[in-house]
Amino acid sequence: MTEQTNQDFFAPNVDTEASDYRSFTVEGGDWTDVAEEAARLGEERIVVNMGPQHPSTHGVLRLILEIDGETVTEARCGIGYLHTGIEKNMEFRTWTQGVTFCTRMDYLAPFFQEVAYCLGVERLLGVADDVPERAQIIRVLMMELNRIGSHLIALATGGMELGATTVMTVGFRERETILRIFEQITGLRMNHGYVRPGGLAQDIPPGAIEHIREAIPSLTKGVRELESLLNETATVKMRLKDVGHLSLAGCVALGITGPVLRSTGLPHDVRKSEPYCGYETYDFDVITREGADAYDRMRIRLDECYESLKIVQQATDRLEAMGPGPVMVEDKKIAWPAQLAIGTDGMGNSLDHIREIMGQSMEALIHHFKLVTEGFRVPSGQVYQAVEAPRGELAVHLVSDGGTRPYRAHFRDPSFVNLQAMSAMCEGGQVADVVVAVASLDPVMGGVDR
Amino acid sequence: MSDKPENAGEKPEKTGEESDRVEAAETVKPGVEGADALVTSEATQTALEAGTQSGENVIDTRRGMFGVSGSGDTSGYGGLVRTIAMPGQTQRPFGGWFDEVVDVLEEILDGDSGPGFDAAVEQVVVDRGELTLFVRREHLLAVLQPLRDDQDLRFEMSSGVSGVHYPHETGRELHSVMHLLSITHSRRIRVETAVPDADPHLPSSVSIYPTNDWHERETWDFFGIVYDGHPALARIQMPDDWPGHPQRKDYPLGGVPVEYKGANVPAPDNRRAYN
Repeated sequence: MTEQTNQDFFAPNVDTEASDYRSFTVEGGDWTDVAEEAARLGEERIVVNMGPQHPSTHGVLRLILEIDGETVTEARCGIGYLHTGIEKNMEFRTWTQGVTFCTRMDYLAPFFQEVAYCLGVERLLGVADDVPERAQIIRVLMMELNRIGSHLIALATGGMELGATTVMTVGFRERETILRIFEQITGLRMNHGYVRPGGLAQDIPPGAIEHIREAIPSLTKGVRELESLLNETATVKMRLKDVGHLSLAGCVALGITGPVLRSTGLPHDVRKSEPYCGYETYDFDVITREGADAYDRMRIRLDECYESLKIVQQATDRLEAMGPGPVMVEDKKIAWPAQLAIGTDGMGNSLDHIREIMGQSMEALIHHFKLVTEGFRVPSGQVYQAVEAPRGELAVHLVSDGGTRPYRAHFRDPSFVNLQAMSAMCEGGQVADVVVAVASLDPVMGGVDR
Repeated sequence: MSDKPENAGEKPEKTGEESDRVEAAETVKPGVEGADALVTSEATQTALEAGTQSGENVIDTRRGMFGVSGSGDTSGYGGLVRTIAMPGQTQRPFGGWFDEVVDVLEEILDGDSGPGFDAAVEQVVVDRGELTLFVRREHLLAVLQPLRDDQDLRFEMSSGVSGVHYPHETGRELHSVMHLLSITHSRRIRVETAVPDADPHLPSSVSIYPTNDWHERETWDFFGIVYDGHPALARIQMPDDWPGHPQRKDYPLGGVPVEYKGANVPAPDNRRAYN
């Protein structure tokens, strides 16, 4: 392997360009028959590439379909077009900086990667008990808002792919409400980097609770509007019913989780089976249906929006009842200096904090410098932490060697796993149903390729 | 990238020798206490209290402080020697359902058709409320089959395979880590298999857990672990003609230095590391 390290990976391949490159001629045996058959079948066999740049493949997903008339006889996925090496990059940054990277994986559900990663780091550190309750409530609040936003996109793009552009505009319009809340709280509409190991980057700003309270009725109304557009529309039912069927056995064998698994009637939800962030204290239902088809998955996503709104309501009530408090662990060796304030050039360390470290306390300056440049050390070991993302079980496998950087960070992204079911759902169906089946899986390529 | 230490070979894997395990029992593993807060099931709670860490797996020996050598450092930190160890063999009782799972598995593997528990399972590690079985590659499928099928075990779903590269753990450089989920019993375990870099082969688990198809392709792609018997072990994320396996520790991250306000910021893998 060391030999390979020194080699120039981008140099032209010497072997194939060498002058003594040999060619082989295959003759004899049944090769003639094989060649003839291949030539004969070549006329009939049609392989269609759908994507990687096709609007209904949810990003850069390449579907390789072998078709016979309108029937798909074989379907395979080509992925990797959006691979950005996030996991590798995380090994070269501190534990805190890892959040900035992993939030960019599944870009429609950034909070879930952030929370899964931070819960994992907290368990490695052994501080999971010390994270303030307020931080956990805000995490739940943000994740559930994010779940609604992600489901709205799933429904909106799913509708758009069928030609229902009204569904698309309604979905995106309602998601905008959620993005505004995110912007007010974290400063960014996506890729927030808001959750940190040990807590949060900062508390929610004044006025945010009222903003969320106002948004809940309008979101409920928006989801209801989507329901009235989709649930009983004859065309939607014709396109979605009994399409992309995958049984419970198929789901378990292929590792499928989330709405696709719940559409087979199995009420599996990590929020209930292994609660984190205090989910066991919230009142909500796991939505299941029995049809195991694209239509039921759509209905599950719509119903889950209401359940998430219920949790958002409970979380805001709790935040109001508890009043202000810390959102970061007390251990100053872990808590990243987060005395943030709006300055002339945007959000940054507050002037008070800079005044203290630069003018008053040498120890505070050393501490700030050490924590920011070196980071904190995490005891060696490994953890596996799962959360229920909108698309299913999102889990992080973190390995620490006792250093200031992750030794290995692996994300089990639900989109990646669920996409494996594409072949099982599409083969034997119509070409037009491929679009519906893939939309019912709701893959996000940022998460698939990482 | 840290340099390969001269004495890496002198710290062999301590598995299988009971006396070594007991000697190492004095080693204090930081971060073990209270690490279980997120695991709410009572069984797991007791598991952490009961299971005693009594061994460690040395993965590396590092010198110096900042990953720099020959810098003329006179602070004394350059002479630091530290061994890096992962949590090792745990003594019984493991606590909670961990004992039950290991007992049932032991009974099956020691049965007439099984390979024997000690032959198949190198180590049982309980750390941070999680159970890890280190399984020898020859018997991986023989362990996975009952884990999935036995009604008391019933880990019916695989959450995927991930790889870890320990370049200085001689003879066990590449680890293939599988996480199994039992929806029936609401349990999770980790099955870890170590293979040498010189012979990175282990049997594919696709016949037992079809979902591992893409995961094993990804682990092959990123680490170069060959899963024998996989239906189509092709690269999945990197292009088909890509040289090397990017997640290995000896594969460079790449990047270029960036000038910012007159100062040169080196590429991420050339920055100071606090190893």
